Amino acid sequence: MTLDLALQYLVAGLTYGAIYAVVAIGFNIVYSATGIINFAQGEFVMLGGMLAVQLSRSMPLPAAVALSVAITAAVGAVVEVAFIRWLGKPTVLRMVVITIGVSILLREGALFLWGEGVRSLPYFTGDEVSSVGILGARISPQVFWVLGTVALIVAVLEWFYRRTLLGWEMQACAANKDAAALCGVPVRRLVTLSFAMAAAIGALAGAVVSPITYTSYAAGGPLAIKGFTVAILGGLGNSGGAVAAGLALGVVESFAVSVLPAAYKDVVTLSLLLAVLVVRPSGLFASGEAARLKEF
Amino acid sequence: MLRVRNLDVSYGPVAALRRVSLHVNPGEIATIIGANGAGKSTLLRSIAGLTPARGGEVLFRGEPVLGVRTERIVARGCSLVPEGRQVFATLPVRENLMIGGSVRVRRGLRREVEGDLEHVYRLFPRLQERERQLAGTLSGGEQQMLAIGRALMARPALVMLDEPSMGLAPLVVKDILATVERIAAGGTTVLLVEQNARSALKVARRGYVLENGRVVLEGTSEELLQNRDVQRAYLGSEVMP
Repeated sequence: MTLDLALQYLVAGLTYGAIYAVVAIGFNIVYSATGIINFAQGEFVMLGGMLAVQLSRSMPLPAAVALSVAITAAVGAVVEVAFIRWLGKPTVLRMVVITIGVSILLREGALFLWGEGVRSLPYFTGDEVSSVGILGARISPQVFWVLGTVALIVAVLEWFYRRTLLGWEMQACAANKDAAALCGVPVRRLVTLSFAMAAAIGALAGAVVSPITYTSYAAGGPLAIKGFTVAILGGLGNSGGAVAAGLALGVVESFAVSVLPAAYKDVVTLSLLLAVLVVRPSGLFASGEAARLKEF
Repeated sequence: MLRVRNLDVSYGPVAALRRVSLHVNPGEIATIIGANGAGKSTLLRSIAGLTPARGGEVLFRGEPVLGVRTERIVARGCSLVPEGRQVFATLPVRENLMIGGSVRVRRGLRREVEGDLEHVYRLFPRLQERERQLAGTLSGGEQQMLAIGRALMARPALVMLDEPSMGLAPLVVKDILATVERIAAGGTTVLLVEQNARSALKVARRGYVLENGRVVLEGTSEELLQNRDVQRAYLGSEVMP
């Protein structure tokens, strides 16, 4: 393999990997605050993309993306209030069934609204054929948008959890709900906020990536599986781990396609997921606590 | 300050508290003593809104609080320092304290909260030394100080302490109880729950004895210290007069 081709695969891998990382971070945000794996996370990414496409027909692109993120965040909050809040302390199986149910609901809703067609946003800068040359590899400008957005999301989250009172309160909720309530932390509202944040982040990623990957009503499911794999690989609740694992998985997939038939791409991911679940369920960057996942 | 009337709490079919009545006067230190499993923690959790009651009434500053959510009760000025500290282990000391002050930040008093932080550091200089350390790395005594400091950050009118001496060395216990007296001297009412009856009755003015979910005795600390049943059951034989 020549250097420029290898670089081409690498960049493609990093781009997809960055998206997986963002989906995984969405899983982590909700998991940290509630202990729930929200299998509807992929649908938030789909909604972000589809809404942005819809809205961009009647407003400028930045406004369409922003509004799509806001609407998806609201959907996330509504999902929490309508389906999760009243459960109290549900069993793992019940939560899995409910969040999968929600994901089916959102997917079918999207099918009803937008039909089966595959859509995409226009490239944020340049177009399909414009590219930047790096060491002989041709790289689409949208790739930089994707990588930049993901980096921004990670940086903002890092700042939020480390530097803001609200971020500390969310961590307190995640660690010990009773103790947090005893400090006057509005636990229920913060759980709703965690769903809204996860939805917003997913939606932003969905919008940014849509010019490259296209989006359709069914785009959420595969993303949820990849994101889930990455969340487990990185260690549930560990967002730094999610970024590392996401990029790694993206690159592995990308190079796998170079040697295996393209159809085996998902086989690689799922084999990895199975292997990790069996061998090291607390993730590569173990945080021990996540070993609870064995319950699945 | 606090008045509990005929409080009934049960876990499923098992009654944990039966018609418990007690009151705490403004400015005093009151204590509830009793053996393990007598229902002391359940009583405090129920007052704080963490464990639902089946019947009875709890009035805080004349207002009913049963059925009110925990964070609202805290905002009204009634804080609980839970059993076993329960500090946020993965966050630094200062962040733990700031979370305690979050009710006041939400009321737009961020500036005052910085002052409260200074106040807590004066009360517990050790916490200031360890300001940047993760709470989980503190010793048991320091974690207890942090748990108390965190509750004080909400500027409560009443602070309830659930077994602050649990698992601590005698010298550290003495230290903590001295601080409890200073907190009360500063105008905060204290309801102290202890298994360590002797120390509790030393700092408190009045006390209740809880047995199998019922209040079986109440009186001033001197009365309880003199009581034969209390001496036999909770103070050990060496204090026989």
